[in-house]
Amino acid sequence: MSEVEDRLRQRVTELLDDGTVDLFIGYAEADAPLKTAVHVVRSTTDADALVWDARCAANLAALLPDLFRRPENAGNEWAPPRVGILAKGCVSRSIVGLIKAHQIPRDALHVVGVGCRGVVDRHHAARLVAPAQLAEAEFLEGDRLRLRATDGTERDVDLADVLLEGCLVCRHPNAVLSDESIGDPVPTSDRPRFADVESFAERPIDERWAAFREEVSRCIRCYACREACPNCYCTECFAEETAPRWIGVTTEPSDLMLFHLGRAFHQAGRCVDCGACVSACPQGIDLRLLTRKVNRDVEALFGGEVGVSLDRPEPLQQFEMTDDEGFLTEP
Amino acid sequence: MTETTGHRDDERGDWEPRIAAFLCNWCSYAGADLAGVSRIQYPPNVRVIRVPCSGRINPLFIVKALQSGMDGVLVSGCHPGDCHYISGNLYARRKFALMKSLLEYVGIEPDRVHFSWVSAAEGVRFAELLHTVVEAVREIGPATKMVKRIEAVP
Repeated sequence: MSEVEDRLRQRVTELLDDGTVDLFIGYAEADAPLKTAVHVVRSTTDADALVWDARCAANLAALLPDLFRRPENAGNEWAPPRVGILAKGCVSRSIVGLIKAHQIPRDALHVVGVGCRGVVDRHHAARLVAPAQLAEAEFLEGDRLRLRATDGTERDVDLADVLLEGCLVCRHPNAVLSDESIGDPVPTSDRPRFADVESFAERPIDERWAAFREEVSRCIRCYACREACPNCYCTECFAEETAPRWIGVTTEPSDLMLFHLGRAFHQAGRCVDCGACVSACPQGIDLRLLTRKVNRDVEALFGGEVGVSLDRPEPLQQFEMTDDEGFLTEP
Repeated sequence: MTETTGHRDDERGDWEPRIAAFLCNWCSYAGADLAGVSRIQYPPNVRVIRVPCSGRINPLFIVKALQSGMDGVLVSGCHPGDCHYISGNLYARRKFALMKSLLEYVGIEPDRVHFSWVSAAEGVRFAELLHTVVEAVREIGPATKMVKRIEAVP
């Protein structure tokens, strides 16, 4: 158990004991390699199950809107719970977005910030031991990771080589909004952030189409990406709307593409590139291909990073008279 | 919306582009109307859908139109500053800039999707815009990429 985990468990126990929070959201062990489960601590006895390491992929902010949604038959005495949450950089940015979208109240939240050194891409790790399955993974000294496959082979890799791509270029590893912090701040990466988007955009148009089609054709429409995403708090999603029925019930690729284009578009100016959707996807689809493109465009056209300021309105909720018109057709 | 693509003109070999045009009620639709009452000729390839405001247009309308077999999509509203609802077109401008860029990124031909401002007084501009759009779509040929095709059940 690391020093940060030790301190986390201690602090969560104190926060529950002194009544600062009614519940605390963190991570716990899961029964699959390189995965952790979302863990809601409601009593101090549960606090010892909390973990914090490079397997903590879920964006915990995704749980918040439901916790603060007033139940339909709630009486006058209903009050929102006081919620503690462990927040790495991306989670804290999602919290900022949710507060701005009036989905969660700032004053009912107690944010425990933690510096994040990146999350392991479990799909990538699994590919390294293919065709066997990943059976077990173990963190070693010196930022190494040992992968054990089902056929008994072992492979040691550098942690940096199996991190999510978004983590490698992360500008905000530490919480941007917090009530207290645990552990030391983590230094920021200075690698170019949208190199992948730019190299994809440079490919010939038909190649891009083929790549996009191939990628989303694997989708089984389980909507795990949506469930994992803190931005997807709509009570009714366009994916399941029946009037109009945006997406047919077939597995025809155009239906899948429509879902993914719609999903990416709904992330415009809101996606913090936490990679929770990528980690959640059972098919290993590169969902960031689209969300990062939209992110890049929002930054390039309208300026400003997502989820770093409580004061700045969301890019699609405002406009400038001088906004770019380069895309218009003139007769 | 229907799940079938229906009969397509190009299968008969005399393909003509089909363009879905989302026009705002207050400016562009009136501009199209003006072109009509002024007897200005414009291509008959357009299927006009009147909407209250360009801000009403969900960018998914565009993708859905392409999926439903349209060869091109035109979206038009009031010039910036002239919106009947003050700023609907300015919000729309941001959405359309992103959607056009996203569609091009995934490999949809840039000339499939067009945006332009047309005021109620610009009947001539509307007709000219239609010529430009139809020619641009004719140039790239029938839409195939996003179109939904359901295999016939034997």
